[in-house]
Amino acid sequence: MRLKLVPANTAWDFFKYARLTFGASVIAMVLSFAIWLAMGLNFGIDFLGGTTIRTESAQSVDVGAYRDAIQALELGDVAISEVFDPTFGPDRNVAQIRIQAQEGEEAITPETIRAVQDALRAIDPEMEFPLVESVGPKVSGELVWTAILAVGASLAAILIYIWLRFEWQFSVGAVVALIHDVLLTIGIFSLFQIRFDLATIAALLTIVGYSINDTVVIFDRLRENLIKYKKKALRDVMNLSVNETLSRTVMTSGTTLVALIALLILGGDVIRGFVFAITWGVVVGTYSSVFVAKNIVLILGTKRDWSKPDAGAGTQFGNVDA
Amino acid sequence: MLQIALWKRVIILGLCALGLMLALPNAFYDRVETHNDAVAEIEAQGATPERLAAVENWPEWMPSSLVNLGLDLRGGAHLLAEVHVEDVYADRMDALWPEVRDALRDERDAVGTIRRQDSPPDELRVRISRPEGLARAMEVARDLATPVASFTGIGASDIVVSGEGDELVVSLSPEEKQATDDRTIQQSLEIIRRRVDEVGTREPTIQRQGADRILIQVPGIGSAAELKALIGTTARLTFNPVVGRTSDPDADPGGRNVIYPSMDEEGTYYILEPTPVVTGEELTDAQPAFDQNGRPAVNFRFNPSGARKFGDYTAQNIGSPFAIVLDDEVISAPVIQDHIAGGSGIITGRFSVEESTQLAVLLRAGALPAELTFLEERTVGPELGQDSIDAGQTAALVALFAVLVLIILSYGLFGVFASVALLMNVFLIFGILSAIGATLTLPGIAGIVLTIGMAVDANVLVFERIREELKTAKGPARAIELGYEKALSAIVDANITTFIIAAILFTLGSGPVRGFAVTLGIGILTSVFTAIFVTRLLIVLWFERRRPKRIEV
Repeated sequence: MRLKLVPANTAWDFFKYARLTFGASVIAMVLSFAIWLAMGLNFGIDFLGGTTIRTESAQSVDVGAYRDAIQALELGDVAISEVFDPTFGPDRNVAQIRIQAQEGEEAITPETIRAVQDALRAIDPEMEFPLVESVGPKVSGELVWTAILAVGASLAAILIYIWLRFEWQFSVGAVVALIHDVLLTIGIFSLFQIRFDLATIAALLTIVGYSINDTVVIFDRLRENLIKYKKKALRDVMNLSVNETLSRTVMTSGTTLVALIALLILGGDVIRGFVFAITWGVVVGTYSSVFVAKNIVLILGTKRDWSKPDAGAGTQFGNVDA
Repeated sequence: MLQIALWKRVIILGLCALGLMLALPNAFYDRVETHNDAVAEIEAQGATPERLAAVENWPEWMPSSLVNLGLDLRGGAHLLAEVHVEDVYADRMDALWPEVRDALRDERDAVGTIRRQDSPPDELRVRISRPEGLARAMEVARDLATPVASFTGIGASDIVVSGEGDELVVSLSPEEKQATDDRTIQQSLEIIRRRVDEVGTREPTIQRQGADRILIQVPGIGSAAELKALIGTTARLTFNPVVGRTSDPDADPGGRNVIYPSMDEEGTYYILEPTPVVTGEELTDAQPAFDQNGRPAVNFRFNPSGARKFGDYTAQNIGSPFAIVLDDEVISAPVIQDHIAGGSGIITGRFSVEESTQLAVLLRAGALPAELTFLEERTVGPELGQDSIDAGQTAALVALFAVLVLIILSYGLFGVFASVALLMNVFLIFGILSAIGATLTLPGIAGIVLTIGMAVDANVLVFERIREELKTAKGPARAIELGYEKALSAIVDANITTFIIAAILFTLGSGPVRGFAVTLGIGILTSVFTAIFVTRLLIVLWFERRRPKRIEV
């Protein structure tokens, strides 16, 4: 008896509600963008500069008292948030304190850190500071550029690769799907004000990698079916290709999500934001491979005669035998 | 037909065995670590019975490379420092001045009297009393140029000479600046390394980053502040003649003299001659000590040339004070009582024992050629690192178990094959990480967990394809073969695109993000290898033995 996530031999029409699904995607993208503009992102010190200090105490976290203690030092903008994790016991209370970059300083001075720690130890003498990170404005400015460059470069690289291996319509479709995934992830980070730092950029690129993987598998089948069914309408060939690969799509997303959810719950609070971004991206990425990428190709149309090799069709790898 | 040549089987199994061997030491992390430490200590300091016993902990013929744990897992301090390379330009200009002065004096008839002017630190400006002699002065100055000693600057000369009205302007050429910057960074790296080594922690990472930055990572150190105190000080020690004492920091020192605060006496400032008699570069040794009153102090000894200069100066200036200056602060300004021959002395001041010990370390390691600014610092406590390892381990095991159950339920016997390949995949990742000495970070663990989820993809592609081929009833052997053949282009395309992403992440990321890129990239390679070769070999071996008439995937 086999576990079947998807019934065998599906022949679902994925374009039946194309207006609805594609429209929903467009609306979600617009909404994400609007939320991003309206609410902004909760940038971490990687991009803003400044200092974060993690505190661990046996006493419960009193954000107000912490704030009063640090405010007395006149360090400017201070944000304090309590950190929750199912693995923490009752005697482990963790908070995250963020202090803005100080005027005229790159990384924080040891004296400032000592002053903050002393002020907090006045509340609880046993308090521990297991993580102190400080990034100067010079580095954070560069990291912003690195991040933009990384996302841009990966989109460009994929655009070129898919164009070489398939057709330009496919590469546009793939990249639109990726932009969809990236925007929706930024949107949710903005909506819930989850901390957005360098690790989030790494997560975004991973989402891009995962989503393109999914999209390519469908495109690959589409290319094969276009050769096989020369007369069939493009829309039908696409439906066939998605149906044929559907069980794989669901299976791979399933195993990946299972692994990610384990990490999300058990992996600790330090990387939770990172793992959350990837988990969300896998869901969105799977959706976009099925409902966004190929719709773009359908709108743009593609050449139908794949039997003759031509210069524009790019490289086809030979079947390498193991 | 389903066939794999014997030599291919041997290579596939051999690679798997090699991967297992390389991964194995990580299962006994502590034991192998003590073994490795003991081997290194014996190499450096000779054998002791305890060390030899520690070596016995792990068999010599086994690989003993371990996955390096990143700072976020092991705990420690990370600093990114920027070297003020332009500091050195000023020193170069100061060193050039006497040469220029002497050369111009020989041409007094043409250029008249000369006087050094205030200028930006990377320029030397000399005013001449006869502006019509500027051409001659420039010619003379150009004769002082020497070729740049670097690979990129061949053919260029080290200084650029120009004239403005009655002023001669000398500055370093761009090629020379670059060569100087390189030297400054190299020296700084060397001196930071010596200072960190003096405190003796394990496996510090000290490397150049970009044009003028140095990355310092020291595992096991309590806080970045401690590390900063050690490497942040320039520790430039000089002995300067004292011109006078004042309580006004803004007093005009006169001429090119400098005014420095006293370290001990608040509100006291010393006016000093700018050119030191001797500098810390001529020290051969420095040790923490106590003076005759039992207060902490530092004993030092000069090399022969330093000893001679120091001896001559003290002999000629008995009764006048001289200042011991550390990083633009006067430690003390004793009056010379006697001719100090022999080249050794003692620095006293209001030190604590820790301060005198640290000063001795800094003086022994040498001064940094230029000042450092810290751009970034991170400290991770060892407990937090251990928590992260534990959490990552639990999550990875649960994820692995869940994925195995899912694929075995979905694909039956073929799922078991894929499971074996998946386990092999995890071993191979650890084997490769150990072999190339990569660093495992917390996001890196996330990368491995993500790979566990994604690694089955290639297998799933093949299995789904075999299912499809079985429907057209070509017989099991043919279906398996076609399944592999037809799934290949999708596997290759899908993984190349993901690999491109991992490569971009690797080049643009740093630290933890780079660790993630490494595990992701290696995970892609190993998952393709295990899916295409290992699972296939397992299926072929099973098929040869059973020869089933029909199969169910």
